[in-house]
Amino acid sequence: MDVASAKMLGAGIAMTALAGVGIGMGTIFGSLVTSVARNPASRDRVFGLAILGFALTEAVALYALVIAFIILFV
Amino acid sequence: MAAESSNSIDALGQFQLHPALGFIGDSVRFTQANLMMVVAGLGVMALLWFGMKPRAMVPGRLQAAAELGYETILSMCVDNIGPEGRKFFPFVFTLFFFILFGNLLGVFPYFFTFTSHIMVTLALSLLVFILVTAVAIKLHGLHFFSYFVPEGVPKVLAPLMVLIEVISYLSRIISLSVRLFANMMAGHVMLEVFGAFIVMLGGLGLLGYFPAALSLGVNTLLIGFELLVATLQAYVFAVLTCIYLHDAVHLH
Repeated sequence: MDVASAKMLGAGIAMTALAGVGIGMGTIFGSLVTSVARNPASRDRVFGLAILGFALTEAVALYALVIAFIILFV
Repeated sequence: MAAESSNSIDALGQFQLHPALGFIGDSVRFTQANLMMVVAGLGVMALLWFGMKPRAMVPGRLQAAAELGYETILSMCVDNIGPEGRKFFPFVFTLFFFILFGNLLGVFPYFFTFTSHIMVTLALSLLVFILVTAVAIKLHGLHFFSYFVPEGVPKVLAPLMVLIEVISYLSRIISLSVRLFANMMAGHVMLEVFGAFIVMLGGLGLLGYFPAALSLGVNTLLIGFELLVATLQAYVFAVLTCIYLHDAVHLH
């Protein structure tokens, strides 16, 4: 296997981190739905927390993306 | 900047720095990123200056925007840091609006996003890190180092826990900077990739028009998503700064 194709494969493998991110996102929004269903009055406060958690989780996906870019282009 | 007719997509070319302002910028290495920082700074000042000039009881749009920003950041500081948060309010406010304007200006066509460079975000997060550490040492003296020893840890585990705590404390610099930089860079790379799709598919003739229109639609949605991400990441940066400051003020 030459280096160019190994780089391509490595970048693809780096994106397996997205599996964890998907689980995390699902957990966050699943819990959001559950808690809003239990206590609709808390919606505004819980929604802000969920968005914060979303941003922090999304960042993990982007770390993987940055690693993939580093493998591909640097 | 846009994709060429060749098959390769130059997704990262848009982040290249060029000297701005003609030969003056060329001689002092003043790039378009620096220019955008100046524009962002002036934009924040203009928002506050012109927004608060009327001082009306019933605020207009600009005044409402300025007041909303002020109140959001103030309540963020007080909620997350505690009553001491008022002291750090100017710092967090400046940081939030500088990053927010940097992110939002990058959504405009032909504008440059200075927060998409790791050097800029790393400098910002180092500023936060050094400030947080300085505040902690000023308030608690050498007692600050007890922060790295969690309460109720068995003596055998203590060295390991201290090591982990020190690493997690230091990794704040990286996580804070890479989060902002990666979000902004990834968004603009996606826009570039779908923009290149439009050009490539449009070149195919009649067959390519529908997929090209589809990627144009995706790009429109992405712009909206970018607006969300731009605001959210500025907010997250400010909230995390507040949380770190809370740790520095209260130690645990």
